[in-house]
This record gives sequence, C-alpha cells and structure tokens, in this order.
Amino acid sequence: MDRQGERRSGWSWWYLLFVIQFVAVLWPPFYNKLEPTLWGVPFFYWYQLACVVVGAILTAIVYFATDD
Amino acid sequence: MQDVNWTALVVFVALFGFITWLGFAAAHWRKGDLDLLHEWGLGGRRFGTLITWFLVGGDLYTAYTFIAVPALAFGAGAVAFFAVPYTIMIYPILFLAFPRLWRVCHKRNYITAADFVRGRFGNRWLALAITLTGLVATMPYIALQLVGLQVVIGGLGVSGSGLWGDLPLIIAFVVLAAFTYSSGLRAPASIAIVKDILIYITAFAAVIVVPIQLGGFDKIFAAVPPAKVLLAVPGANTTGAYGNYATLALGSALALFLYPHSITGILSASSGHAIRRNAALLPGYTLLLGLLALLGFFAIAAGVANLAEYAAGFKQFGNNFAVPALFLHSFPSWFVGVAFAAVGIGALVPAAIMSIAAANLYTRNIHREFINANPSDREEAQMAKWVSLIVKFGALVFIIFVPTQYAIQLQLLGGIWIIQTVPAVLLGVYTRWFNDWALLVGWAAGTIAGTAMAAATSFTPTYPLAIDGWTFPGYSALYTLVLNLLLAFVLTPVFNAISASRPDATVAADYRA
Repeated sequence: MDRQGERRSGWSWWYLLFVIQFVAVLWPPFYNKLEPTLWGVPFFYWYQLACVVVGAILTAIVYFATDD
Repeated sequence: MQDVNWTALVVFVALFGFITWLGFAAAHWRKGDLDLLHEWGLGGRRFGTLITWFLVGGDLYTAYTFIAVPALAFGAGAVAFFAVPYTIMIYPILFLAFPRLWRVCHKRNYITAADFVRGRFGNRWLALAITLTGLVATMPYIALQLVGLQVVIGGLGVSGSGLWGDLPLIIAFVVLAAFTYSSGLRAPASIAIVKDILIYITAFAAVIVVPIQLGGFDKIFAAVPPAKVLLAVPGANTTGAYGNYATLALGSALALFLYPHSITGILSASSGHAIRRNAALLPGYTLLLGLLALLGFFAIAAGVANLAEYAAGFKQFGNNFAVPALFLHSFPSWFVGVAFAAVGIGALVPAAIMSIAAANLYTRNIHREFINANPSDREEAQMAKWVSLIVKFGALVFIIFVPTQYAIQLQLLGGIWIIQTVPAVLLGVYTRWFNDWALLVGWAAGTIAGTAMAAATSFTPTYPLAIDGWTFPGYSALYTLVLNLLLAFVLTPVFNAISASRPDATVAADYRA
C-alpha cells in the first residue's frame, strides 16, 4: 500500500540531487576566475567541464536510486 | 579561396558515399511497415538506450553548434562557454519530464507535442499554436545546418560562382531528401552512429594534438586577449555579463527539448527507461561540446586569422571559418577530410530529423486536424514523406537566396518562440490545472513580447531589463516565459469561471510506468 502510494506521487527525495547541478553553474561570480588553473586551463573552463562529469554521475545515482 | 584540397576531398566524398548507402539501407533495419506514420516518422519507437544515445546526441549537438560555438569563443570569448551549463541543465529536465511524455504518447499513439496538447487540453487552437511554433522554429534551424555544410565545403577549397558554387550543397541535400523519404527516421538514426564516432575522434584528436603543437594550454590562453578569457565583471547597478550568461544557459535549457526534432528523437526511444538512462549518458556530448568550444581559443593562438591562405575563407564565412581554418592548419589532409566529413554528416543528421519532425507536425496537427480528418494510415505516411521533401527544399532555397544573417536571426527568434510552449507541454505533462485558453493567451503574449524584445535589440538574444534603477541584461526568452506563465496562472481561474473545462483525453495512469 505504502509503496504504491510512493510510486503514485511520482516524487523522490533523490531528485534534490538535481538541484546541485543547477546551483553549481547558475552563479557565474563563483567560477568566473583564472585561478586555480589545471594544466594551464583557467578555472572558469575546467570547473564547468568538471560540472558536466559531476552532473552525469549525480543523474546516474538518481537513476539507480529511483529505478522501479 | 584556396586551391582544392584533393586528399581531403576524396576522404570527404568517400565518407559521404558510405553514409548515403547507409541511409538507404536503413529502410531494412529493424524492419517495419514504412506506410505507417509512427514507423516512418518515429522509427517504430524501437530504439534502445544505445541507439537513442547516438540519435539524440546527433540530433541536439548539430553541425552548426560545432561550428558556431567555437566561432563565438573565437570572436567573443568566454560567453561562448554558456553552451556548457546550458547542456548540463537539460538533463535533469529530460530525466524528470520526458519519460512521462514518452509514456503518454506511446499509450495514445501521439507523434508530436501538439498531439499531446490536443489530447490533454482538448483545444485544437492551442494545439495549432504549438504546431505553428514548432514549424517556424524548426525551419531556420534546418537552414543553419546548411551553413555548417557550406563552411566545410568551402574549407575543402570547392568553390564557384552563382548556382555552380552551390552545387555541392544541392547534391548533398538531394541525397539527404531521398534517403529521408525512403527510410524515415531510421536513416538519421543509423547515420548518427557514424557521425558521432567521427566527431568524437575529431574532437579528441584536436584537443590532444593542437595544444601539443602550440606548446600547451598555458601558451594558448596566454595568446587569448585577457578580456576574452573571462566574463566581464558587472559594473554598479547591473547584473551585466553574469546575468546574460546564466539566463542564456537556463532559457536555452528549458527550450531545447521542446523543439520538434528533440521530441521526435525522444519519442523514438523504446521505453521511458531508455530516456532516463540517456539523461546520465548524453552528458558525454556536453563534454565534447565544451572541448570543441576551446577550439575557438586554439584558433586564436594558432593565429589562423592572419594567414593569407585563409583570408578568403574568413571573408566569406566570418568567424565560422575559425574551426575549418584551424583544422587545415594543424592536420594532414586526410584527417582534415575526416573532420570535415564529421561536420558535414553532422549537418545531415539533424536536418533529416528536423524535416521529419516538421512533416509529422504538419501531417498530424494541420492536415489531419483541419483538412482531412480521416486519412488512411498509408495516406498519412505518404503525406508526411512529401512534406519532408518540401520542408528541405524550402530550407535549401532559403540558404541559397537569402543572406545567412536572416537565418541566424530567425533561429534566434525560434528559441524565443519555442520556449513559450513550456507551460502547455512541459508543465502539461505534470498538471491539467491550467485553462487551455489561458495557456493560449500566455503563449501569444510571450511570443509577441519576445519578438518585440529581439527587434528592439537588433536581433541579439539578450534584453537589458530595467527595474528601479537596476539593469538586468538577460535572455529575452526567459523573461517572456515568466510573462507567459504569469498570464496563464492569473487567467486560469478567470477563464474557468467563464466556461466549463474541456475534457482531458489522457488519464493519470497513462503517465506512469
């Protein structure tokens, strides 16, 4: 009964992990800087590329956690 | 223009020949009755996780993207990187909303977003608004794919005057039209596999080889003017470049999956699970796009804009020639052929899917709704095939006879228009709370205001919204979506009080696994 109710609502607390992806990239003042560089690449660029990987991992976590 | 690069041209033509064969052969792949619209126009909804990955990746990350984003980095600098946050934020949206849309469309045999809106809200005029928005947003997008193709053909040194100069483009398009007609969505799905593999090889080669040639990333970024490396820090009383960057990314992310070609790609998946898995796997392409954006800086550091042999290319194609020039400068001819074929084929895949999506829209939501309500399955599929030809021909004529600048401006407007379908489609997947007429009014207001904002800023995407002594420059699409939502929200109780709500053809169970 409970399980069914859970599925019916369609909501999972795991979805909050998605919020991280939005917050991480929607505030440019946080990452609009040169230092620290990585292999000569300014922070601005490697940070956002790293966010791609983190975002994919978070999405995969949500996928496995909410799979029915 | 420089001389014809024969080695590159031979490789390019050979790869094109291969995908032409593949496009026609695709008709027999996962064989279905191509006289049914969902078989021709959605590949029978049979693509699993892997094929969907290639198809949607090839569909969303278009040739034009791969040319224009580095070109923007080359010309304007850091702002071009907004493509990365943009294509990060699309995936939570894909994960949450689109499996629901897939399920209801599968259950009710909906082929387009407008089909869904028609069923959900029972209002043919609202559905027509969604249809027309999709059609006008898609057309310039197809035309822009041709720009990508033109640039690489020019880069191969193939040139001529008048119609003769456009001949390679015309040939490529006739081929595209023919295999789309005969194989439907199976053609771009199979070709996308080749295209995506080529583009990954090209991008990774470029990101490894060019920095070695240029002496490392330190040297590359040192060669870029400091003003281009980072976003400009906003002055007093404005959100400046930060506001632009964040709103461009968010607005573009909200709009992307509402484009008809995105929806066609997603609905052709075999299950909601395939879509959810792809939300975690498709960011691979975002990484690729981010790396390709850096090519704009590589081109600055390599100094290609000052080399005499590329002067004609830059003159003809502007900054869009930065990436082709970089490849010509940095790689042996045979690899240039591979790279250019990746871009060229990369133009055909989305162009095919866009024309199929437009054909599905016309056939289902205009012809069937307003002209012939009871076509046979065969007539319906045949109509879509013809429309796909007409759409592509229109795009070809447009790009040959109309200045490219108009296609770019129209594509910009397309983004502002398509985002106005968020309330009906994206929120409609979750709720039937909104009144259909309120949605239509919101859509109209958003569309008109967005068009006016773009016109007022001479067709740039951002509008300097001024409130109480502060300026908030930002993406017009996002601002007008807020207006659209507010109106839909406020007018819903009003319209509900005036007239009875229309029936919802879908039920809650349709949206669940």
